[in-house]
Amino acid sequence: MFSEWAWLIPALPALSVLIIVFSGRALPWKGAEVGIVALLASLGLSLGVAWEVFSHNAGVTQGIGPAGDADAAPAGAEAFLLERGLTLTPLGGDLAVELGMRVDGLAAMMFVLVTAVSLMVHIYSTGYMHGDARYTYFFALLSLFSFSMLLLVIASDLLVLLVGWELVGICSYLLIGFWWEDKHNQDASIKAFLTTKLGDVGLVVGIMALAGMFGTFSIQGVLDGVAAGDHSQALLTFALLALILGAVGKSAQFPLHTWLPDAMAGPTPVSALIHAATMVTAGVFIVARLFPAYQAAPVAQGTLAIIGAITLVMAGLLALVQTDLKRVLAYSTVSQLGYMMAALSFSYVAGVFHLFTHGFFKALLFLGAGSVIHAAHSNHMTEMGGLRRVMPVTFWTFLAGSLALIAIPPLAGFWSKDEILVAALEAGGYTGTVVLVLGALGGLITAFYMTRALYLVFAGEFRGHGHPHESEPAMTAPLIALAIPAVAIGWINLPFPALQPLSLSSWVMFDVDYWVANPVELNAVVAVIATVLALAGVLAARAIYREAPERDPLLHLGLLTHVLQRRYYLDDLYTDLIARTAVRDKLAPAAVWFSDRVLDGAVYWSGRGTYELGQGLYATGDQRGIDGAVNGLGLSALWSGARMRLAQSGNVQLYAGALFIGVFVLAVVFASGA
Amino acid sequence: MWEASALTITVFLPLLGAALITLIPKAREELAKPVALVVSLVAFALSLAVLAGYYLGPAGGEGLAYQLRVDWIPIIDASYHVAIDGISLPLFVLSFLLTFLCAVYTFHHLEAPGRPKAFLSLMLLLQTGMAGTFVAFDLVLFFVFWELVLVPMYFMIGIWGGPRREYAAVKFFLYTLFGSVFMLVAFIALYFAGPGTFDIVALQEAGAAGEFGLTFQRLAFLGIFLGLAVKVPMWPFHTWLPDAHTEAPTVGSVLLAGILLKMGTYGFVRIALPILPEAAVEYAPIIGALAVIAILYGALCCLAQTDLKRLIAFSSVGHMGFVMLGIATLTPVGVNAAIFGMIAHGIITGMLFFVVGSIKERYHTRAIADIGGGVLQTMPRMGAVLTFVAIASLGLPPLPGFWGEIVALYAAFNPAPALVDAGFLTFFRVLMVLGAIGTVLTAGYFLNMLQRVTLGTAPARWREAELRDISAIEWGAWSPLLVMTVALGVVPVLVFGITDPAVSAVLTALGVS
Amino acid sequence: MQAVFPLTFAALLFSAGVYGVLSRRNAVLVLMSVELMLAAVTVNLVAFHGLVASEAGDPLLSGQVFALFVMGIGAAEVGVGLAIVLLLYRNRATVNVDDADLMKY
Repeated sequence: MFSEWAWLIPALPALSVLIIVFSGRALPWKGAEVGIVALLASLGLSLGVAWEVFSHNAGVTQGIGPAGDADAAPAGAEAFLLERGLTLTPLGGDLAVELGMRVDGLAAMMFVLVTAVSLMVHIYSTGYMHGDARYTYFFALLSLFSFSMLLLVIASDLLVLLVGWELVGICSYLLIGFWWEDKHNQDASIKAFLTTKLGDVGLVVGIMALAGMFGTFSIQGVLDGVAAGDHSQALLTFALLALILGAVGKSAQFPLHTWLPDAMAGPTPVSALIHAATMVTAGVFIVARLFPAYQAAPVAQGTLAIIGAITLVMAGLLALVQTDLKRVLAYSTVSQLGYMMAALSFSYVAGVFHLFTHGFFKALLFLGAGSVIHAAHSNHMTEMGGLRRVMPVTFWTFLAGSLALIAIPPLAGFWSKDEILVAALEAGGYTGTVVLVLGALGGLITAFYMTRALYLVFAGEFRGHGHPHESEPAMTAPLIALAIPAVAIGWINLPFPALQPLSLSSWVMFDVDYWVANPVELNAVVAVIATVLALAGVLAARAIYREAPERDPLLHLGLLTHVLQRRYYLDDLYTDLIARTAVRDKLAPAAVWFSDRVLDGAVYWSGRGTYELGQGLYATGDQRGIDGAVNGLGLSALWSGARMRLAQSGNVQLYAGALFIGVFVLAVVFASGA
Repeated sequence: MWEASALTITVFLPLLGAALITLIPKAREELAKPVALVVSLVAFALSLAVLAGYYLGPAGGEGLAYQLRVDWIPIIDASYHVAIDGISLPLFVLSFLLTFLCAVYTFHHLEAPGRPKAFLSLMLLLQTGMAGTFVAFDLVLFFVFWELVLVPMYFMIGIWGGPRREYAAVKFFLYTLFGSVFMLVAFIALYFAGPGTFDIVALQEAGAAGEFGLTFQRLAFLGIFLGLAVKVPMWPFHTWLPDAHTEAPTVGSVLLAGILLKMGTYGFVRIALPILPEAAVEYAPIIGALAVIAILYGALCCLAQTDLKRLIAFSSVGHMGFVMLGIATLTPVGVNAAIFGMIAHGIITGMLFFVVGSIKERYHTRAIADIGGGVLQTMPRMGAVLTFVAIASLGLPPLPGFWGEIVALYAAFNPAPALVDAGFLTFFRVLMVLGAIGTVLTAGYFLNMLQRVTLGTAPARWREAELRDISAIEWGAWSPLLVMTVALGVVPVLVFGITDPAVSAVLTALGVS
Repeated sequence: MQAVFPLTFAALLFSAGVYGVLSRRNAVLVLMSVELMLAAVTVNLVAFHGLVASEAGDPLLSGQVFALFVMGIGAAEVGVGLAIVLLLYRNRATVNVDDADLMKY
């Protein structure tokens, strides 16, 4: 019932854009209320759709039960899938573009995530952006972004998906450069757009290749085509690898991740919505959307694992040495997206689950960071400290988000990250091992940098200027609202076989056979090891950063502190030599150097080189070469005319002489011819 | 009666208006503007009636309609043969729309030395030439209209243009004429080699029936290709374009970019491909390669520009590259994409030249460095419109530029079977990837331009100058284009739906796709 | 009659005329040289009439008549030519043809 109306979910924010653009300034809240109402309605509808999909899928899977086989399913039972559409336009031949919706578990999940986070960000922004000169414009863009992202999610057609994909890109560009008076922001916005656009080359090529192979832009058509198996395996692999390039650009994966930290130049609510919870997951989403196709192309799947594994460790190391709070979170986002990418190489549910949980707690962290920045008037953790007492709500919610990110059980991040590691372990092989080891190591790093950030921001004395105070209710309310899923959202997919038919894995499944073949299980060893590593990271960071020059309130937490303090001396060797000297002072700077100089340098120099090439080509090739040839033709006529006219001396005797010579020559010719 | 005379009336009404304007006494020269406005509005309304009648009338949206065939020069079987179909209809209507909007715009601004009487009569003469080119179904008639366009544009650039106007005008005239001479020779050759007629429909049938030998086709195609390629302009025949655009007055630039360039690409679809199908298959890879070179090359040259109008002129080279890539695939999808691309480029680039012309009028400079950024501060609405149009031009979905580009790329992935049989499948797929890379470069230079022009803090001298934001007349001239930009992007069937039956019919008759 | 004698004579006369036309700078002398060339042509016409036309039978006597024509035209030509030279002398105070180079680029 709700699903039939799912098209309203993107349509309402689109309507909101129009209202805000045309009459936003005249409204009492300058357009903010329109966006909030639209998103609230979309969220309600999303929950309805989600419930409908869930009750259908749970009905199917309960018949099978845990560890059963697909034959036990009720006759004709399928995962929920509703496709409705109308032909947007014919393109010639049998080809057409469908403006349609594809509602299934994945779409329902994304609806909930996007509308919920977007609503929170809307509410938060009424406080954060209060008094800004372009307040209405900001809300118009937020609504436009929500519409675009939902369009991307709902699309049943790859071209429509591409429309949403590009639209979120331009929204990101406009919002990163929201304060466009500043050159730094302009550069960041252009860098973000062009880097993702570079990835889009891959996406476009991939979509064209898939559509060209199967003669349709429809996602279902492509998946059916792959399932039928009547295609060139090499071309399919090529297409999917090209799509990965698009996903790498959008989801800020190695080596196209460098735009995301710069994108933090935008307003913080934007960072929370676009550069943490939703847009950057578009790359992960498209891989999940085409997951059955990826299963048919092992090379592409393996590539996902390698890219994800490299990214998650590299970005984690980078986060260790940032002083800008938003950049810590940005690198953390890159790292977590790496987990999702790697997960999708083995398990659809694991990747999608992590996408879902991460969206909530990372949005929370960014909004919390925005609250802190609002209070401290600086992005830099060196100018923060001691904010726990003055900003209790921000602190506790931020702490909840951090612990969820660090993957402390039973918070959200633990369950999803654990699922990824288990999936990697079960997949085994080369890529599985790499992801498992690096993923576990990444957990350690994550714990370390988040703990460090917590200490620098909230512990000790305030090192900045002015008197920070807690943010207004418009900003703290979304924090509290998001803290609840950050703690509890992981419980929707607990790894116990008995609960599986009622969990996220059955909610978002695209195929009953796949669901049966990939049961969710708890692996106690992996869970314990991962938790121990996370705690080790926390403790290591704690050992270092509580020694900060200012008084650290966490020193006085009683018995626990003392116990850990003793361990500090035991761990001195490890912390000093490995964590501090090797990792923090050598490896991480090396990674930063590599990222900033080599990779970002490559980005910079390829941009610069292209520019220089354009300059040279224009000056030499075009103006001198081609246009020179054109002008040269005209000039050569002038030049030769100027030379030739000298023969016209006016001396009659010269003419007569030439005439006689001519006659003589002709006479000789005719005479010899005769 | 209307069925037979509609096109003639619509095409020649502007000519009548031009004659009327020349009768206005010099003392009351300003009267020329309302007269031109009324004439162009009536002509535009008539073109809309033609569009509506194509669907509601006997044609029912398919095939040729509004045919009129009268003997003209019987001894060479050249006739006054006009008709219209789905391929030419969008371009036909667009030409009337743009001329009307240009007439509106002249109320706001006309470059020195003013003289609206002369300017507007030339503009209406130009309109007759443009519209006539799109409805002519006889090669001689086509050529007459084709050349008719040159004269008014030559004077527009040469009299109302910028500092180097004479150079630009002469270059424009001679270069285009140089190409058309080869085309004329090819037309005459078609007359002698084929069924002894200049009638395009008859020649198309002859071409489809294989009446022309392969060697003849190669030579004739080369001649037509040269004439059309200069007009498009394809790389490397493009160098007249930046000069002409840079020097032309705003209205001249709009019509040049909006309609005149399309005459070349239209010629490929209407004449070169259907009459010489086998040569088209042989030339298609070359055209495709030149098109992709144009895409990449145009974008790179744009990065180097310091002059705002010149930058947009070079962007046309790249956009027309996508159009030619679509045509080179010889598939219905590709040709549909090409026509969509033409319309999209006509609307968007026409709009860009309007905005840039207005910026130049206020800043009295085209140099990006002199403007110095901050247009969003000095003129917020102007800056916003420029940003919107630039983003549309870089191919952001769902705006029209996207459909033209992306569908052309799809067509390049699956070119016509004849090309696949000739072993060019991989070649075209490589072209597709290169074209996709071109979209990034396009985004790059447009964002670079926006950053240098609209963003940032405006220099003090411009903030003190108190520049006037968009005037009511400008809104009047621009809002139809802005609305159409959104409408065609969101509802692409508005163009694809018109072109698809005609394109499929033409290409199916050839048997190459 | 032997053809060699009149033809050689005419050729020599013509060559002398050509030499005069090309080498003399005095306009009057150039005109006189032109007359020499005309005279050579006249000799040829008469000679060929005697050699060819009398045997083939030429009731119109075209060779002889042409000779008279050439004389008439020669007289007219000298009249026009001397008139031009005279005007040249009046305007330029010289009859050197090198100075009369108005018709050039």
